[in-house]
Amino acid sequence: MSILGNRVVRREDPKFLTVGGTYVADLDLPGSVYLTFVRSSMAHAKLLSVDTSGAKAMPGVVAVYTNDDLGIARMPTIMGMTNEAMTQPMLASGTVRYVGEPIVAIVAESREIAADALEAVVVEYEPLTVVIDPAEARKDNDLLFPDAGTNTTFTLDFGGDEALFDDCEVVVELTLINQRVAPCPMEGRSAAAHMTKDGRLEFNSATQAPHGVRDGLAGFLGLEPDKVHVVTPDVGGGFGAKASVYPEDIVVGWCAVHLGRPVRWTETRSESMLGLGHGRAQLQHVRMGGTRGGVISAYRIDVLQDCGAYPAFGAVLPFMTRVMTSGPYKIPKAEFGSVSVVTNSTPTTAYRGAGRPEATAAIERTMDVFAREIEMDPAELRRRNLIGKDEFPYTTPTETVYDVGDYHQALELALEVAGYDELRAKQARRRASGDPIQIGIGLSCYVEITNGLPDGEFGAVEVRPDGKIIVRTGTSPHGQGHVTAWSMLVAEQMGVPIEDIEVIYGDTDVVPRGAGTMGSRSLQIGGAAVNQAAVDVVEKAKDLAADLFEADREDIVLDKSNASFHVIGTPAVSKSWGELAKAAVAKDGNPLFAEVDLASPGPTFPFGTHISVVEVDVETGKVTLLRHIAVDDAGRILNPLLAEGQVHGGIAQGVAQALLEEVVYDPDGNPLTSTFADYSFISAAELPSFETRFTETPTPINALGAKGIGESGTIGSTPALHNAVCDAVAHLGVRHVDMPTTPIRVWNAINDAAPHHDAKNTTKKGGR
Amino acid sequence: MIPASFDYVRAESVDEAIGLLSEHGDDAKLLAGGHSLLPLMKLRLAQPAMLIDIGHLRELSYVKEEKGYVCVGALTRHHDLANSLVARASAPVLAHVAGQIGDPQVRHRGTIGGSIAHGDPASDLPAALLALGGSLVVQGPNGIREIDANDFFLSFFEVALTPEEVLIEVRVPRSEGQWGFEKLTKRAMDWAIVGALAVRTSNGVGVALINMGPVPMHARAVEAALASGANASDAAQHAAEGTEPSADFNGSVAYRRHVAKVLVGRALKTAGV
Amino acid sequence: MKVAMTVNGTLESHDVEARTLLVDYLRNVVGLTGTNIGCDTTSCGACTVLLNGQSVKSCTVLAAQAAGDDITTIEGLALEDGRLNPVQQAFQECHGLQCGYCTPGMVMAITSLLTENPHPTEEDVRVGLEGNLCRCAGYHNIVASALAASGVVEMHQ
Repeated sequence: MSILGNRVVRREDPKFLTVGGTYVADLDLPGSVYLTFVRSSMAHAKLLSVDTSGAKAMPGVVAVYTNDDLGIARMPTIMGMTNEAMTQPMLASGTVRYVGEPIVAIVAESREIAADALEAVVVEYEPLTVVIDPAEARKDNDLLFPDAGTNTTFTLDFGGDEALFDDCEVVVELTLINQRVAPCPMEGRSAAAHMTKDGRLEFNSATQAPHGVRDGLAGFLGLEPDKVHVVTPDVGGGFGAKASVYPEDIVVGWCAVHLGRPVRWTETRSESMLGLGHGRAQLQHVRMGGTRGGVISAYRIDVLQDCGAYPAFGAVLPFMTRVMTSGPYKIPKAEFGSVSVVTNSTPTTAYRGAGRPEATAAIERTMDVFAREIEMDPAELRRRNLIGKDEFPYTTPTETVYDVGDYHQALELALEVAGYDELRAKQARRRASGDPIQIGIGLSCYVEITNGLPDGEFGAVEVRPDGKIIVRTGTSPHGQGHVTAWSMLVAEQMGVPIEDIEVIYGDTDVVPRGAGTMGSRSLQIGGAAVNQAAVDVVEKAKDLAADLFEADREDIVLDKSNASFHVIGTPAVSKSWGELAKAAVAKDGNPLFAEVDLASPGPTFPFGTHISVVEVDVETGKVTLLRHIAVDDAGRILNPLLAEGQVHGGIAQGVAQALLEEVVYDPDGNPLTSTFADYSFISAAELPSFETRFTETPTPINALGAKGIGESGTIGSTPALHNAVCDAVAHLGVRHVDMPTTPIRVWNAINDAAPHHDAKNTTKKGGR
Repeated sequence: MIPASFDYVRAESVDEAIGLLSEHGDDAKLLAGGHSLLPLMKLRLAQPAMLIDIGHLRELSYVKEEKGYVCVGALTRHHDLANSLVARASAPVLAHVAGQIGDPQVRHRGTIGGSIAHGDPASDLPAALLALGGSLVVQGPNGIREIDANDFFLSFFEVALTPEEVLIEVRVPRSEGQWGFEKLTKRAMDWAIVGALAVRTSNGVGVALINMGPVPMHARAVEAALASGANASDAAQHAAEGTEPSADFNGSVAYRRHVAKVLVGRALKTAGV
Repeated sequence: MKVAMTVNGTLESHDVEARTLLVDYLRNVVGLTGTNIGCDTTSCGACTVLLNGQSVKSCTVLAAQAAGDDITTIEGLALEDGRLNPVQQAFQECHGLQCGYCTPGMVMAITSLLTENPHPTEEDVRVGLEGNLCRCAGYHNIVASALAASGVVEMHQ
């Protein structure tokens, strides 16, 4: 009876539910000093003077540092692809380039003194021209980095066929804003560090990639990697924004080395809204061409990517957008171009989907615009253009090879679950009645790339003499439930009950290498590595058992129902895992174990169809999400409970982008949404329960048949909601409403579309 | 996140609170539920040198009916007001509005006195108070006085309390008439982008607006139109007159003016006008 | 100044600055780190505890204000023999948590909600949790946990 595919509740939970998780800020580090940062209140300015004397003089202030005190190299370029002249110093040096940029590090004996000392630092600024709009930045009239000579840091071009749309009967063109959002993990950034007696730097980090943090600290602080020990406790969410090292992390490490005392730093939410990388921030221009009968033949998207002030991972994310340019459709010709520019705002980074939601959002919105242009039902247009299930592996015009899929199945199932025809009928009735509350139905067919980076993953399984299993993984879960999931994989291979399996992660001494958790990679490469290690251990155990039983290797049976080995035909004479573990040690001094460095077999491509049903109050513009249907296919599902949870969380974030969330700057670069009171972080009151289904089209790419699921919910949901809102008001002449579809935006769109429409529309019968 | 330092004293009586206010002047602020003041202090937007905690003065937490008025002690928590049988029977719009403030946690701590004395034009309770034709009872060194709600909200976050006065009671005429309350927000927990409240009282129909200017305000032109016989639909068209809504990324001036008309119209309709 | 209050049934008494928030008192002075801090504008509810049985955001209460009161945190919920109580049990069965950071606040908020409304509808729960933000779970299973717990709580009453 296989445990795989079952809704196994999480082993992680009891601790969180009884005493709470142990996050970095919860660690007991006696003798700690507290680090905080003075941050820029100007978006672009020369630092005329930074007077730290008042802070230094305060009782209880241990040290105050500016960039010159640190002597640390600047952050590197991004994979060698961004401009060397645009790298970020650890602390601002000479010029500040975004509100929130750290300028001064203050170390104090208590959190309270640190907070008070912040007020005692006096910074004198000389304002420089602020560039907030990426389109303006691109003109290079005002440069963030004069030495760079430009504000552009990264470009991509794919295609350049002037005649791309010449043969198209119908061409639609659209400009879309995929707005800047804030990842908002419930735990902000947090780190703690101290030097051990044997001269090692011990570092606790709220990170998605402990080994990356180790290597970053080693590199920046001039330490050998084995002199740095990173231990990641529980982490309160990351969503991509905690996948990289921040200057503040390095400063924490530096302070621990130089002060010889434990140093801890936990940012406030207000700091996090300015300092943790932002997501998305693409201005997109698209063209789509095809026949009046609904066959799409050409598509081009040009992206202007806002990097923020210093190019971080967000600068190169258009690469991932390009990978997914043509989505799930068999469009024969597709082109992509992007320009990444710096602006005086928070640097952008990976955020759930990281370049792929942007691709899907663009093409899905355009499909609806095209459908409307040719007066075809949006579902039908998609049906006609989806790649067929027999066409895989499928190579797209941007040279991406999709592994396997059944896109039509997902579409039809979603339409069925939604009751699509009845919804359209209801919409028609509502439109005819003139009710101020109108219904909108929005579709999104998506495919996305998971495990898109070339990293392999480490997995190890060891059997202890008491029969307990120790699993080590290079992934770094922060809510995904890997302890439960990897236990299930190992239990499946070895027959050991999951309660007897310990899963270790996040400790760079215990787990020698790992790429961490991001990009929906963990199961298909990390779980697969653990799975392979378990398979290898079973093989070794069989070898041992054969020796012990003096039997032929082929006659050894692993009886998973009682976790023991016997010779075929004589089940009563068996050896337990523990006994074999002891035998291994007795044989050559080594434990019974296996370590695997699994090379990546390549990316996989989960897909699906989402449908949103909304109500729009056309008198106020207010949108309410009534229903959200999600059909997702991530290949073989290991634990539906965990997979659903990932989809739910993804949908909430994706809907939030379409409906509510946006990071807003005023023209002077002042952030207007830098607290949870101003930033419209979606709550339970704005969402319904979701209607989710999985189809399972196993991938041939890896042994588990599994694709990633972590980002699918976000990628699929944003355009569904967006299309639903636009659909709700399309009959009023509205062609497009930009995200987020806040009341003012929707109302403006309605107002602008219908100058003849009676603006003093009074409540009709049946209104609320 | 960590406020600046201050001295804290728990007042054992209203008189003691008044005494402390008189002694410390501008340096001291009253602390009731703390859900208007502490958020400002945590961001260091307010840094009073002393907090006088009146939150434990049980004698100021009550809802009672007296001579045609519903009298609510200033330290009555929103949760208690929302669930008060007296309020639900005799001032249902007040109970309802209290039950919509913030979230359950905020309602367990926030007080009607603290909310009203804060003078935020985006708050819901002041609008309810104005529409109902209520008044505030305050106590100071010179004794107790009653201030008509129409004279209470002076300017942006400024109310007609002298520095030594303590708001001790909120009074509204009993109203069993129908009422309507419409609030446009992006999220359920948000302050109103625009809000409207309409209540049938013995004096006619009271209509008030939320977040349409620097102070909580009546929709005077709507009230006047109704009083002179206009129907609800026509009266609602006057909703934006005399208002000064601000523009922010949640709404332009034109948008807020439009929404005010829509919401007033709907509130009036629900109130059976 | 000295503040004393009962926390999970135990009398706690300590010297603190007046400006010490209840959440910081619980975490840093009493040493109960289960309650988390997620924001600085009273928005997220991660800091929710019970004060005299009612949910409050402990980041917006001074420890001094809570002197003499009865505080319950996540650490004080499990049954005497260590078993999960119905709300905690429901969270595990319904997969109501992922990273766990919002969870103590959610559990305390739901505990208070069910005390005041033992038979909530889904809408009651969603509106009742508008002050508790979560980024991982999309609220779906948290709402399911609350509704499941209400059934069990009802059974046990």
